[in-house]
Amino acid sequence: MSKNSEYLIDRENKQYEVIIGLEVHAQVTSKSKLFSQSSTKFGAEPNTQVSLVDAAFPGMLPVINEFCIEQAIKTGIGLKAKINKKSVFDRKNYFYADLPQGYQISQYKYPIVGEGKVILDMPNGQKEIGIERLHLEQDAGKSIHDIDPNNTLVDLNRSGVALMEIVSKPDLRSPDEVNVYIKKLRSIMRYLGTCDGNMQEGSLRADVNVSVRLKGETEFGTRCEIKNVNSIKFMQMAIISEANRQIDLLEEGNEIDQETRLFDTKRNETRSMRSKEDAHDYRYFPDPDLLPLEISEELIEKIKSDIPELPDEKKKRFIDKFNLSPYEATILVSDIETSNFFEEVIKNSDVKLATNWITGELFAVLNEKNLEISQSPVSAKNLSKLINLIKDGTISGKIAKTVFEQMIDGDQDPLIIVKEKGLKQESDPKAIEELINKVIENNSDKVAEYKSGKDKLFGFFVGQAMKESKGKGNPQLINKILKEKLNG
Amino acid sequence: MSDITSQSLFELTLNIKEKKLSSEEITKAFIDRAEKSRKLNVYVTDNFEKAVDQSKKFDSNPNLDSKLPGIPIAVKDLFCTIGVRTTAGSKILNNFVPTYESTVTQNLWNHGAILLGKLNCDEFAMGSSNETSFFGNVQNPVGEKLVPGGSSGGSSAAVAANLTPVTIGTDTGGSIRQPASFTGTVGLKPTYGSCSRYGIVAFASSLDQAGPMTKNVRDCSMLLEVISSFDQKDSTSIDYKRNNYSKELSKDIKGKKIGIPKEYRVDNMPDEIEQLWKNGITYAKDCGAEIVDISLPHTNYALPTYYIVAPAEASSNLARYDGVKYGFRSPGQNLIEMYEKTRSEGFGDEVKRRIMIGTYVLSSGYYDAYYLKAQKVRQLIKKDFDDAFSKVDAILTPSTPSSAFKIGEKTNDPVSMYLNDIFTVPINLAGLPGISIPAGKDKNNYPLGLQVIGKPFDEQIILNISYALEDKINFKNDISDWWLSE
Repeated sequence: MSKNSEYLIDRENKQYEVIIGLEVHAQVTSKSKLFSQSSTKFGAEPNTQVSLVDAAFPGMLPVINEFCIEQAIKTGIGLKAKINKKSVFDRKNYFYADLPQGYQISQYKYPIVGEGKVILDMPNGQKEIGIERLHLEQDAGKSIHDIDPNNTLVDLNRSGVALMEIVSKPDLRSPDEVNVYIKKLRSIMRYLGTCDGNMQEGSLRADVNVSVRLKGETEFGTRCEIKNVNSIKFMQMAIISEANRQIDLLEEGNEIDQETRLFDTKRNETRSMRSKEDAHDYRYFPDPDLLPLEISEELIEKIKSDIPELPDEKKKRFIDKFNLSPYEATILVSDIETSNFFEEVIKNSDVKLATNWITGELFAVLNEKNLEISQSPVSAKNLSKLINLIKDGTISGKIAKTVFEQMIDGDQDPLIIVKEKGLKQESDPKAIEELINKVIENNSDKVAEYKSGKDKLFGFFVGQAMKESKGKGNPQLINKILKEKLNG
Repeated sequence: MSDITSQSLFELTLNIKEKKLSSEEITKAFIDRAEKSRKLNVYVTDNFEKAVDQSKKFDSNPNLDSKLPGIPIAVKDLFCTIGVRTTAGSKILNNFVPTYESTVTQNLWNHGAILLGKLNCDEFAMGSSNETSFFGNVQNPVGEKLVPGGSSGGSSAAVAANLTPVTIGTDTGGSIRQPASFTGTVGLKPTYGSCSRYGIVAFASSLDQAGPMTKNVRDCSMLLEVISSFDQKDSTSIDYKRNNYSKELSKDIKGKKIGIPKEYRVDNMPDEIEQLWKNGITYAKDCGAEIVDISLPHTNYALPTYYIVAPAEASSNLARYDGVKYGFRSPGQNLIEMYEKTRSEGFGDEVKRRIMIGTYVLSSGYYDAYYLKAQKVRQLIKKDFDDAFSKVDAILTPSTPSSAFKIGEKTNDPVSMYLNDIFTVPINLAGLPGISIPAGKDKNNYPLGLQVIGKPFDEQIILNISYALEDKINFKNDISDWWLSE
């Protein structure tokens, strides 16, 4: 990466570098919870998806949901990581009202997935971010403090839902990289179907570790952990605010305390939650209710054989096979739905036009209406029809835009629109010649000017001819015949 | 026909099958005797009314093919029972009524048995004398003011006093075998993974096992056959082919090799225990078994290992009793205060002691020195047994280092109390099956037990050896019914 793109924070002749590591909590896509058969469906009435196991009734025992194990392995493979054939579920002990067992079942010393990597496509090239580990754990319930003035209410629907905690190495250096990293992780997991990445529903949250150091320094500074940030925007805001807080402390000659902090989104600042001294002693130990998790080579191989083409590979294929630019390919593969849509469109239509129309007109409409591509008002089938109409000269690119605007309203078939509105392009040379003759007759003065050397007037004649054709004249033909007539 | 309540499970089952007795007659006989035996304090919660209804229902359409046809059975109050209060002997679960049934008790009912009630036990099964129960101590029918052992003290007393034909207890470090030994009854702790832990209030998950407590070895084999089953709801349950223990029960132990571990000759062991063991060895030889001296070198470390591992697991297992979801709650100004008051008032001293020990040994900075080391020693203890079992078929030891003691005698000396488990805890740490059978009496005429330990999943051989020894020993519990009231 070139020097001038580095993210540095300036203070009187000094430049500080920001070191960021993320612990992403990604909810495993699974119908039932990690250790019980309760549903994980989002948005249900409070406490309607709670089994005796989730509520930690006496004598209840966890039984592992093998599907969640497979999802974690799949994600590990997607992160090009080492799958550990033996891993252990531990108990992380602490008291809280929404933690029914009094401990969270997690993985501490022996996670299911070891070191891996994620490639970021940054404007100046690629950057590799190391993955430290991925482990499985159960989510806690939810404490609700603002319904009853005197009591805290607890909703256990989320209690026991499977999470993957994906821990990055401290390789991230800017809020932009964090943005791209989260999006890339999300993209990989959505390709794999292991996490829907829905941040509004809390399916993806992160603890953000931030430290700063003078540019050129090789030792890490003291870090602070900002807990449970639930959007990319807030992560970026929290990083900027926290880095500046730390730099201010250093500039004033103070030290940074290693602590856990919370991000106050309203005030755009982080504040202390607990210091290192007050840190919980979680008393991790292997959960005696669960045997160590052993994964066979066969299972890993079976899962590997089911892994779909991932964004990096797909990007390469799009570039090699369709001649797309790296920029276009990156955009098209960033989301699996987009790439599927693209591939659907180009099944029967021109790649270049499809790329332009999807990344141009279609994205504009989606942005404007705040829709996902899966909710696209124009189907891949009708978009490919439109592209074919352009390609075979039935309509011009300009007319196509008019047609597209109408297609948005209820995914209308472009063939029918063109037919009903009579938008078919006039490509009959005789008809074009006739209307050009008319234009020349009506503008004999301009013709004289043109012939005397005023070349610029050519555009005027094209415009008049187009007008005469009510916009339907084939532009190439008009050009060609006009030239013959005027120059002949 | 002898008095109904003094009959063995085998006899009662036979009498029901031959229609000499009805389930109602049997159920009412036990209830009647229980009503007169309140002084022993064996019941925490009785289920008498429903039991009579169920016995009538059984009699109206008896399934005589079942293994426990219409047999009323009281169980330790650590097994969750649908609609019947389950306390674990603790104030903190004083008002807890489960909406679910433990797998082990469900197996009983599936085979035709009827729930008589829930039997007293040490709080969360932590204790060796039944004195830590919130519901008061149980008296040993063997003698007044004598502890029945623990933690399954209500269960051992109930069997010895003919208040239930058989019962089931749980054993984490000796909680079935020690009370069996103290009351002149038979108690078996199965191999870890044989009986499902689903629905049993957990004490120490890696050690807890349910098991039968009975008047004799045959009953023990009959009950084990019913309660031992593979259960997908318990991830530590093991899927293996279980024997028809009662059908394959045999006194023929000729040529079986029985190991005598020298490390079990502990310092200050009373002579009468030494004598009891010698007699056991003689009887075993008389039955044609071969006696082999063996060594279990890490025996000395078993008790300290146990008192790290069990409290560590317990401290975590008992975290769920926090006043938030069910059970006892003492209100507070905020969450922390509510926790502190609920747990301070809801748990008894012994439970608190073990939670503190467990919390300590798992704390950062101490984990390696205590918990991790204990786990390593546990492996060595297990290996001792693996090595021994390459030479022998079973191991014979005393069940306890003493007979039953007086109520209150050891309550202020937890270490002396813990020493009661010295012969039983290694078996839990190694996950092996062990059985205690009555084998003699001390100078006070209190019962003493011998323990037979087997290879994993070889409950049959320890039952067979016990069956043979039982025949030779011909133990008679002379219980005078001193507690009965009209």
